Amino acid sequence: MSALAAVTHTGVLTARQLRAFRRMPVFLAMNVVQPRICLLLFGQLFKSVVDIPGFGGGTDYLVFLTQGIVMMMALFGSAWAGTSYIQEMDRGVMDRFLASPTSRGAMIVATVLYQAVLTVLQTLVVLGVAWLAGARFDGGWRGIAVLLLAAVLLTFVFAAFSNGMALLAKAQTALIAISQIIAFPLMFLSSAIMDTALSPAWVGGVARFNPFEWAVVAGRGAMQAAPDWGTVWGQLGILAALAVAMTWLAARAFRIYQWALQPGACGLPGAPRCPAVRNRCPDRCPAAADMWTGSVFAAVNM
Amino acid sequence: MDTGRENLLLAGRLQGMASHETSVRAAELLDRFSLADAAGRLVKTYSGGMARKLDVAIGLMHRPQVLFLDEPTTGLDPEARADMWAELESMARAEAMTVLLTTHYLEEADRLAARLAIVDRGRIVVERTPGELKDSLHGDAVTVELAQPARDGTRAREVLAGVELLRGDGTDGRHLRGRADSGPAALPVLLARLDAAGVAVASATVSRPSLDDVYLRHTGRSYSPGSAAGAAVSGAAAGGAEVSA
Repeated sequence: MSALAAVTHTGVLTARQLRAFRRMPVFLAMNVVQPRICLLLFGQLFKSVVDIPGFGGGTDYLVFLTQGIVMMMALFGSAWAGTSYIQEMDRGVMDRFLASPTSRGAMIVATVLYQAVLTVLQTLVVLGVAWLAGARFDGGWRGIAVLLLAAVLLTFVFAAFSNGMALLAKAQTALIAISQIIAFPLMFLSSAIMDTALSPAWVGGVARFNPFEWAVVAGRGAMQAAPDWGTVWGQLGILAALAVAMTWLAARAFRIYQWALQPGACGLPGAPRCPAVRNRCPDRCPAAADMWTGSVFAAVNM
Repeated sequence: MDTGRENLLLAGRLQGMASHETSVRAAELLDRFSLADAAGRLVKTYSGGMARKLDVAIGLMHRPQVLFLDEPTTGLDPEARADMWAELESMARAEAMTVLLTTHYLEEADRLAARLAIVDRGRIVVERTPGELKDSLHGDAVTVELAQPARDGTRAREVLAGVELLRGDGTDGRHLRGRADSGPAALPVLLARLDAAGVAVASATVSRPSLDDVYLRHTGRSYSPGSAAGAAVSGAAAGGAEVSA
């Protein structure tokens, strides 16, 4: 597989996803409406937290919240990214791709890029709604650009993760359960809607290892009047590294997916081996989901 | 969520074809499979037969030398099936391409296959051309219906026994039955002799053994798609080379 072919594949597969998106007006509308609901509901519900002594997020909760909601949209949107893989498995499209010389990496990158386009759209909607509701940001265009970058990197991480999980779980209900179980704690163990200075100390401690929090800190930091660029780029850097690692792992998940399609072939020369445990036959391989969860948590908590 | 044409273009690009080449080839295939009118429609609006044809067209985008089809006509109505057969036959010729297809329809294997293998419980039990397979059975059945069995019965049996090409299979009063390696060759001889002997004939038929008979002979079971798990007929309709399994 040449690098050029992989790039071509990524292009045509991303275009395919965007076509599908354009053809689902309801989905498009949901993507525009949902951020407004979140922003306005959370904004009203927690309006008074800026008055709590010790709140370090400025004087306007809407401004503070907007930066958190941007990341929330990116997190939840991308946590669902794998559902399209499962639809394709159910419709036989996945087998068709895997039987063709389509680059596995391109298959992951295309869905992740598509999700990133959605994230950019949603972020712009959130910022627009917040601005109309009276929020004013100090960071200017540069701040918004860095906020978008942080949201996109966060999308890369979780969309790749979701795709990898889809390849292993192979069932919609399982994938959704896994996504929810992971996304909600990540959201609350962060400063997205509440300054961690007001939370118990352990929350702040855990949040430092939370990729979602890295994106929130970077995005919010960039939108300050005088950003601490060292912190911002530091957070973006580890987020980018995690995004690369996650994309690689998701592409590896294709191996496990394909290997699981042909059990019992161990005795044949050149037969698939258990990918996680070297030189072990598939029938004696630990359950794929166990291995995967193990390695992912290792990556998240690095 | 793609149209027929978009599916073909995507397949071509993924197979490494250049953009221009891809659209030319897609137009050619849409035309050949009579899908040109529906090319701009979403595939989810296609009928079963159209979707199946598009499936095959997708596989043909990059001009493969060998095309593997796994039960390409299962679930299609008789018209769509006949349509698909015609497409496959002309395609195999036009593209000088070998087709290896599996099917549960013996009729389909008979019509399409240049070479046919019967697979029973995961093992190829026999592999020849459909014609050879049928010839390997005891031969064609030749049946002559007598106009006046009471008057001609005895004479007719004597004539039948005298025809070297036929093995007499007895009569049931009204019908004279025989088996021949080649029924069409034996029938005129039999009729001429009967005529010479003054036997009045009401009707005459020749029936070739069907692949169902062949299947039965080689697997020891009658063929029914529902019960014959693990059994499949695979045939190769070859434009150039043949596939040996």
